[in-house]
Amino acid sequence: MDDNQNVKIKVRGLSKVFGKHPEKALELRNQGMKRPEILEQTGQTLGLSNIDFDVHEGELLVVMGLSGSGKSTLIRCLNRLIDTSEGEIVIDDENIPDLSEKALLECRRRHFSMVFQNFALFPHRTVQKNAEFGLEVRNISKSERFKLARNSLAQVGLDGWEDAYPSQLSGGMQQRVGLARALANDASVLLMDEAFSALDPLIRKDMQQELMQLQAETQKTTVFITHDLDEALNIGDRIVLLKDGEIVQNGTPEEILTNPADDYVRRFIEGVDMSRILTAENAMRRVRETARETDGPRTVLHKMRENSIDSIYVMGRNRKLLGLLEVDAASQAIDQGADTVLDYMTQDFRRVKPDEPMQNLFAMFSEKGFPIAVEDDEERLLGVVVKGAVLDELARAGDQ
Amino acid sequence: MDIVRIPLGSWIEGGLNWLTSEYSIVTRGISRVTQTGIDGLNNSLMWLPEWALMAIIVALCWKASSTRLAIGAAAGLALIWNMGLWDPMIETLTLVVIATLVAVVIALPVGIAAALSERLYRGIMPVLDFMQTMPAFVYLIPAIPFFGIGSVSAIFATVIFSMPPAIRFTTLGIRQVPSDLIEAADAYGATRSQKLFKVQLPLSLPTLMAGINQTIMLALSMVVIAAMIGADGLGSEVWRAIQRLRPGDGFEAGIAVVILAMLLDRLTQSLRGSRS
Repeated sequence: MDDNQNVKIKVRGLSKVFGKHPEKALELRNQGMKRPEILEQTGQTLGLSNIDFDVHEGELLVVMGLSGSGKSTLIRCLNRLIDTSEGEIVIDDENIPDLSEKALLECRRRHFSMVFQNFALFPHRTVQKNAEFGLEVRNISKSERFKLARNSLAQVGLDGWEDAYPSQLSGGMQQRVGLARALANDASVLLMDEAFSALDPLIRKDMQQELMQLQAETQKTTVFITHDLDEALNIGDRIVLLKDGEIVQNGTPEEILTNPADDYVRRFIEGVDMSRILTAENAMRRVRETARETDGPRTVLHKMRENSIDSIYVMGRNRKLLGLLEVDAASQAIDQGADTVLDYMTQDFRRVKPDEPMQNLFAMFSEKGFPIAVEDDEERLLGVVVKGAVLDELARAGDQ
Repeated sequence: MDIVRIPLGSWIEGGLNWLTSEYSIVTRGISRVTQTGIDGLNNSLMWLPEWALMAIIVALCWKASSTRLAIGAAAGLALIWNMGLWDPMIETLTLVVIATLVAVVIALPVGIAAALSERLYRGIMPVLDFMQTMPAFVYLIPAIPFFGIGSVSAIFATVIFSMPPAIRFTTLGIRQVPSDLIEAADAYGATRSQKLFKVQLPLSLPTLMAGINQTIMLALSMVVIAAMIGADGLGSEVWRAIQRLRPGDGFEAGIAVVILAMLLDRLTQSLRGSRS
């Protein structure tokens, strides 16, 4: 696993047996038995077996699996809503399974906020009071928690609804309250248990977008549970795939799509794997603004600022694509008194034809994450493909 | 062939006698405190002129519920006053209020404890069944050696008879709180008492109020019966009517009980509704 990123939560050898004599089940497991045999012999369910993974500081980690895969158990083991049977969960040098009752409360307050599938809002409390709950439990002063809860409600777009009761809100808004309750607490890890699964598809997409935006702004370490591959691909920095209580694959969305670890994963993404027929054209977006070769550096810089973009394609006559200009290079050109930007362009991006299979696109995104340019046979720029669009398109194809 | 009869009755009698003689200081103490409470409440309610108390009750009904209930209350109370049953009605009301207070004060903690501990729950439920199914009159008998003839005995029997629903509903209410809300409270690091006071109790309040409503109704029926052991109030009016064979007087007192019952019932029910 990646060593150069800070590990926030380290999970090692985590197992969970549902039953009165977990040691028996674990012994059978060590002899190589699987879940169904263990159930038959001991009457106990092996919920999770030997789970190893890290959650890195600031990442959005998705744990994905079908029902019965143990994903809900896993997220509840992290903050010990469910006691573990074996293994370590280390957060800031504390091993959660070892904590005393009191230390556990403290740990939950400091480290974990949770958002639930069915919202789990308190019906007798107003939206404001719901958002304050975590702070109230921590005995934060009244004025302080009022302010913090207000802020987080504003963050999720619920200003003006503070005095409403949860029953007066739609499902999407209720989950925003759930999210605000979690954010107000400012714990170091956000746990989201199928948080968007109960919402209808359109609102769900919105919420996913907003979560990604929030996460990009706040860099909040997030563990997100879902049974939905589209969702996982759409929002996850990394995905941990669970099956029957074991991890089958742990990687970035691209890695999982392009290089499924085994047949299970392959079958899983089969619906999604339409990439062979999908091409760059499907995921292509129109270019918002381009520069002309005759534009001076100041004009180009102005165009970039106007559109708040940090790189721009430069076109020759007949819309022929000449290169890409970054904002730094443009200012450099101005500093050096150049009257053309042509010498400052970079070619460090990929060009593809519209019929390029989408599968091939993953590998092409450069380090800097410049979009891929799609051009026709005369090298005229037709559009660009950004990373997210590829995943979106694949996910949508999976739906059909 | 003779089968040996198990002397259950004499065992119980022996136990009660022992209790009476050993704990006479305790029972006398309870008796004195309760009697003071009854007299105090009685006197203060009777010190108010009839119309003033009526106005207070009507205003309460109007505030907590509806104009309809307020009008009904005014008409009903006026009828009681007119029938000359005002003072007995106050005496009955006092007994009900005190018995309910005592019952609820005992029932709340017991109900909460039973909701939180499975073992206590299993232990306490048969006791509650026993308390509720035992014919109410039976409680009157040991009450007399404990507290003598009169209102204190009535309160004792009434508390025992009317307490079970308050315990049951409290337990039920707390157990009915959805588990995902408990989980949410846990996830944010709430302590047991934070969970109880911020989540479980507020959410079980409607059920809890239903239990208190039941307790009040049972208490009312019991304090009427308790006239047999010398409790004052509307019950003793009925009792006297029976002994003198005067059905008219009996029905008048009975109607007063019904009015009081309906008033208390509607009033507590609306309190429950307005809180949620």
